[in-house]
Amino acid sequence: MRAQDVSSHIDWITILLYAVLVILGWMTIYSASLPEETTSFLDLNQIYGKQLLFIIVCIPLIFMVIAVDAKFYEKYALIFYILAILLLAGLFVFGKTIKGQTNWYSFGSFGLQPSEFAKIATSLLLAKYISDIQTDLNGIQKQVTAFGIIGLPVLLILMQPDAGSAMIFAVLLFVMYREGLPGWYLGAGFIAIAVFIASRVINWEIVVLIVFVSMLIHFLLSNPRKRKYINYILIFTAISAFTYSTSFVYDNILQPHQKERIDVLFNDEVNQQAEGYNLNQSLIAIGSGGWTGKGYLEGTQTKGGFVPEQHTDYIFTTVGEEWGFLGAATVIIIFVLLLLRILYLAERQRSIFSRIYGYCVAAILFMHFFVNITMLIKLFPTIGVPLPFFSYGGSSLFAFTILLFIFVKLDANKVNVW
Amino acid sequence: MRKVLLPAFIIAAAILILGRLYYLQILDDSWIKKSDNNAYKIKYEYPERGYIYDRDGTLMVANQPSYDIMVTPKDVAKDIDTMEICRLLNVTKEYFINRLEKARVYSPRVPSVFLPQLNKKEFAAFQEKARRFKGFDIVKRSLRDYQINAAANVFGYIAQVNEATIKENPYYQSGDLIGRQGVEKVYEDVLRGVKGVSYIQKDRFGRDIGPFKGGIYDTIPVQGKDITLTIDAELQQYGEALMFEKRGGIVALEPQTGEILALITAPSYDPSILVGRDRSKNYRMLESDTLGIPLYDRSLLAEYPPGSPFKILTGLIGLQEDVIDQQSTFVCRHGFSYGRGAFMRCHDSGINNLHEAITKSCNTYFASTFRLSIDKFNDPQKGLRVWSDHLKSFGLGDFLGYDLPPGRRGLIPTPEFYKRYYPNGGWRSSTIISNAIGQGEILMTPIQLASMISTVANKGYYYTPHVIKNIEGEEIDKKFTTKHYTTIKEKYFGPIIEGLHSVYKEGTARSLQVEGIDICGKTGTAENFTKINGKQTQLTDHSIFVAFAPKDNPKIAIAVFVENGYWGARFAGPIASLMIEKYLKGTISRKDLEVRMLTKGLKEEYDKVISGKPFSINQ
Repeated sequence: MRAQDVSSHIDWITILLYAVLVILGWMTIYSASLPEETTSFLDLNQIYGKQLLFIIVCIPLIFMVIAVDAKFYEKYALIFYILAILLLAGLFVFGKTIKGQTNWYSFGSFGLQPSEFAKIATSLLLAKYISDIQTDLNGIQKQVTAFGIIGLPVLLILMQPDAGSAMIFAVLLFVMYREGLPGWYLGAGFIAIAVFIASRVINWEIVVLIVFVSMLIHFLLSNPRKRKYINYILIFTAISAFTYSTSFVYDNILQPHQKERIDVLFNDEVNQQAEGYNLNQSLIAIGSGGWTGKGYLEGTQTKGGFVPEQHTDYIFTTVGEEWGFLGAATVIIIFVLLLLRILYLAERQRSIFSRIYGYCVAAILFMHFFVNITMLIKLFPTIGVPLPFFSYGGSSLFAFTILLFIFVKLDANKVNVW
Repeated sequence: MRKVLLPAFIIAAAILILGRLYYLQILDDSWIKKSDNNAYKIKYEYPERGYIYDRDGTLMVANQPSYDIMVTPKDVAKDIDTMEICRLLNVTKEYFINRLEKARVYSPRVPSVFLPQLNKKEFAAFQEKARRFKGFDIVKRSLRDYQINAAANVFGYIAQVNEATIKENPYYQSGDLIGRQGVEKVYEDVLRGVKGVSYIQKDRFGRDIGPFKGGIYDTIPVQGKDITLTIDAELQQYGEALMFEKRGGIVALEPQTGEILALITAPSYDPSILVGRDRSKNYRMLESDTLGIPLYDRSLLAEYPPGSPFKILTGLIGLQEDVIDQQSTFVCRHGFSYGRGAFMRCHDSGINNLHEAITKSCNTYFASTFRLSIDKFNDPQKGLRVWSDHLKSFGLGDFLGYDLPPGRRGLIPTPEFYKRYYPNGGWRSSTIISNAIGQGEILMTPIQLASMISTVANKGYYYTPHVIKNIEGEEIDKKFTTKHYTTIKEKYFGPIIEGLHSVYKEGTARSLQVEGIDICGKTGTAENFTKINGKQTQLTDHSIFVAFAPKDNPKIAIAVFVENGYWGARFAGPIASLMIEKYLKGTISRKDLEVRMLTKGLKEEYDKVISGKPFSINQ
């Protein structure tokens, strides 16, 4: 297939949104990492210089992804998956340990984070598996297999340990739900989150009491002839046990730093110089932006280096500080447009594989976007995940670019799928 | 449903995030302040306060360096060596904790005073190790260095601003010095200059990373300006010495300009005791003297009955209102009867015209003149209105508007004033007759009395008295160079001045003549009362004197009050004549008179009032 044919079917809207995000991302990184004496944009000793290099490298990468035959991704999905698993497992032997986490391969001054690429491989295999079985996900065995595909990399990532990256995979539940997974999986997930939050804010005993009362009301309002006592007892027991276990997990299993990250959300009396520092500085940077911000390269929080890791996970604080509410809202709207565009294209796919993969792309990008930004504005515990296309880092930029452009390629190829 | 869930989730999440951002960035403005707290620190550079010179260019007030230890609570390390700091600065641990907490409450970011006004030696010990104590800075300020031990009431003093001032005026920060009282207060803006401000951007370790926004908000300090006062330092010092162990006030003016040559209150204090760390101790000591009240400027604040010098005004109004002329005479029989057996005593007897009446200070003459003035319109209200309007044209009964603390209004009775005491009317000229001779309800401050005699010397106009002669390169306020005319025609002043001249030649002050100087003056003796244990008690009369000299082309006009000095020629008269001689001639010919004034006080007189024992007066 000639490049001309592909380009005529490529969705340029997606590419435009992608390009805008990458460019805005680099501008923001430039501001966040600008040294006192300006040097060349391509100064590889500077963070912005490296990021510019990564962006340039993305261009041949995109051509490669587009040039490969669309069938290739579906055909070799399992190979990619196995490769990703091997890379994750290999970390325990060859990986580099930073701050207690072993999630990098190190090549000189550049690193590779296999968990970023595991997301692509998992998405491909999940899409292939669900499209292959040609049915919905009702059978328990099919569900187990699907969860297994997701669970294996999650397990390896959890062992690094990198709970944040592992958590991203949970969003694939949305994809499975779209493809027929019974609704109660998602429902149970949301109840679990609600119960967990409730038991952090109030005592777990009170949470159990509330669950009991609401179930009792439901029971009394239900049709007496259709009542299944055993269901109520089982569900109540399960929720109570879970509620208790969250307290137990919180008190006994979570690491101290993980507890702190949860505490800063619900507890006002945190030490702003210690465990509360990151969040507080992040809020100061964003909150002091006002309507239009302090101006590009004028952010005092950014210049003073008050926000830790500002060029990676906290990059959006610079947007909030220097461009204000209007700038932050613009970036958020661009993200939402990209996500909705991907979902819209996914629903248009004739190939089920393409549709599921497109859903995976949107879901993963959304999860990163949501977790990254909400943690900065005190809506979510601090979890170190990058903001797609924005955060500094070669691995994540390459991974997100490949993730997205495989879908762009699949989408451009839909006419050939007859 | 299954297709819609994820898009719906994405849109809901976006709305949630946008709402939260709107709240943080737009509604909640506390983050801006926190950001500023992070972003920069403010450094001040204090200019030197302007010097103060006397009218001849003699330096009266200069500066000396002083060092404040400032603390910025945010920057103080948790593990700071408290004991070491306390030892170096010689303060207790309680003081340390207390001060730090106070500073934190004021602002964790802005430096607050930790220990004020160290001298060079105290400061040197700390300076060597200052770098080890993060959050503690040294600010150099200048304190006053007084070259003369006088004029404390004219200078006022400088002190640290209080919190009320800081709230009111954003220029001032904790630890800044501000002028209080006197010219330090009135010319604060001129003397102070403007402190320089620089905003220094900080990184998260509190290190300086250069000027904030390239220094666009920074300002350089503006030096305070020197000022020259109209005060004659020598005359001021001499007058204060003459008031040895006396209470009262002296004001000397230059009639042709309204310049204040001397402004004396007694008792006073050495201005240099209100400088440095002993300031508050000494201030409390001055405050605790509730009888002498050295912080109370009698020359501006004390409202005395003017006594006989007021007869000048009674005479002038009589002439202006045409109820008397130079030839009018009244018969005096050691006093004056007015209605129903009321009698005003007079030391004099015989037939007097205006000239003789002034020379001899005849009560009868001026009481009669006053009655004619009030009764002129057959309506005491109208008569008193015309009378008090004449007095108001002299600037009496109101603030004069000089460039010192505003002082007091004094009191010139008006029809409204008597309405309060006689709501149904019924008062007549005889009811208020005491005002004729400067007793009754009339009250004047020494500076008002001086301005009055100065107006007489000018034959009908005055300049607002003022203490500023020159501000480095600036013109003084126009209101001090504007003539104020009285409602008395110039021609009526001549006969009065002749009378005042013969007071010296043959009248009540003939013993106080100075060879070679034609002095015009008027003695005064004013009855006065105080409350002792709630009982109205009469005290020894005040000794009062007004004078100007030379008679032609007057150079000095002076008013002297000596509390409980008995009669005019006893204390006030000699003091006035000595000061005139000193100012015009530079030397004193009457050494014995001078020595008497410099060494004889009224301590006994003042002590007997507080002795708690019965006492007699006017001995």
